[in-house]
Amino acid sequence: MNPNNYYTKEQEKVISITGLYKSFHELAVLKGIDLELFKGENMAVLGKSGSGKSVLIKLIVGLLKPDKGEVIVLNKQVDKLNPQELDALRLRIGFSFQSSALYDSMSIRQNLEFPLKMNRKNLGKKEIDNAVEEVLDSVGLKDKLNQMPADLSGGQRKRIGIARTLILKPEIMLYDEPTSGLDPITSIEINELINEVQQQYNTSSIIITHDLTCAKETCNRIAMLFDGKFLKVGMFDEVFDSEDEQIQSFFKYNFIQ
Amino acid sequence: MQKTNLKKYIFSKGVDQYFADVYKASLFIVRFFKEAVRPPFHIREIINHCFEIGLKSLPLITLTGFIIGIVFTKQSRPALEDFGATALLPSLIGIAIVKAMGALVTALICAGKVGSGIGAELGSMKVTEQIEAMEVSAINPFKYLVVTRVIATAISVPVLALYCSLVAMLGSYVNVNANEATSFITFIQNAFSTIQFLDIFTSVTKSILFGLTIGLVGCYKGYNATQGTRGVGKAANQAVVLAMFLVFIEEMIVVQVYNWIRLY
Repeated sequence: MNPNNYYTKEQEKVISITGLYKSFHELAVLKGIDLELFKGENMAVLGKSGSGKSVLIKLIVGLLKPDKGEVIVLNKQVDKLNPQELDALRLRIGFSFQSSALYDSMSIRQNLEFPLKMNRKNLGKKEIDNAVEEVLDSVGLKDKLNQMPADLSGGQRKRIGIARTLILKPEIMLYDEPTSGLDPITSIEINELINEVQQQYNTSSIIITHDLTCAKETCNRIAMLFDGKFLKVGMFDEVFDSEDEQIQSFFKYNFIQ
Repeated sequence: MQKTNLKKYIFSKGVDQYFADVYKASLFIVRFFKEAVRPPFHIREIINHCFEIGLKSLPLITLTGFIIGIVFTKQSRPALEDFGATALLPSLIGIAIVKAMGALVTALICAGKVGSGIGAELGSMKVTEQIEAMEVSAINPFKYLVVTRVIATAISVPVLALYCSLVAMLGSYVNVNANEATSFITFIQNAFSTIQFLDIFTSVTKSILFGLTIGLVGCYKGYNATQGTRGVGKAANQAVVLAMFLVFIEEMIVVQVYNWIRLY
């Protein structure tokens, strides 16, 4: 990770968000978001619980539709795509859920095979086995192949969740609270994994978190989301030194390990 | 978080919500029929669910059907004895079981066992983001989870209903044989003497409708579960209550339609 890597307008954008608004019934969650993610960049979106961080990445992957504004991912406007085009785009995006969202009725092997079997029907058994082995190796859990999700620890579940997205070789990774609910040592392992994934698979990532260590260790830039708007987007130190009271208060109450 | 105060209710919150729910359920049903005829069909998944729904319900259906056959025969005998008409017992049982009881009892058992299972399973998948995980992996969760389960219930319930009717007749025969020493052949001949093809056809059609209802209600409630684990329990509970209610309503409508068909 190179923290001094500034991104310029000339670089290839993989995600471009302009004037994004989203409300749920009477509750306005996002109120005019603008964001750009460049190829090969890791960006953390920081903010308090309920500030709309997860809503933002659900809009990027088309799980939610914006009320207003544009979300362009890999040169496609997400809310204007038909279901087939949206599926094709989703195959290029990996989404790691906060809860890992492993299919609990399936074994680890079946969890990993499932997206491949459903989307790459031309693949043979051997190719699928190789792909499963490769991603399990990437997340360091080769020995868990035949276990059930319920048998795994929180950190292992997160790793398998990430492996399941990696099996489709995504260009963009969206991590929703990758270190939440984990002990500090496991959190460090997940941070390392996020960096390894970026290097090995050459992905661009958005990491939703309120874990400052995770943001500092894994990201080139961070964006502070407060009350539905970005207060500041920039390098970690740049945002950390901001004089904005809300940002200062956020950093003050989040201990950097 | 800022709250905007723009929304007004057309009638009241409750009434608006009711119509919104009816509309949402209608869209769900329409989507099922649209998705059911479009490939891919996930045949293996449908077979798996038929096994789960059908085969695993067999012990309960067998026990219930057999007991119903015995009890119904025991209860009917005194009334027929008063008129010296116990010979009509097999016919009476045949009519009651094939026309009404077999399908209805099976549907009620399945609403309780299968409907709640589907509601809880999909509800749990919904609140643990497993359904969203399928969506972001470019897998159509509606097709994979809902369509396969509803088709499986629509296939399994009629088969179980016919089986239940058969077992109930067997139960009835055991009682009739013990009291009147009627042979099995005579019993079956008498039982089916008053049953026409239309009766069996109606019973099967009705069971398919019950199966669709149980599957659709269970899936709808589970697929739209909210509020975490509490929502899962609520989805399972509502799936049973609503499916049973709808089964009775449908039974009433089908009987009426069947009578009109017979008249014309």
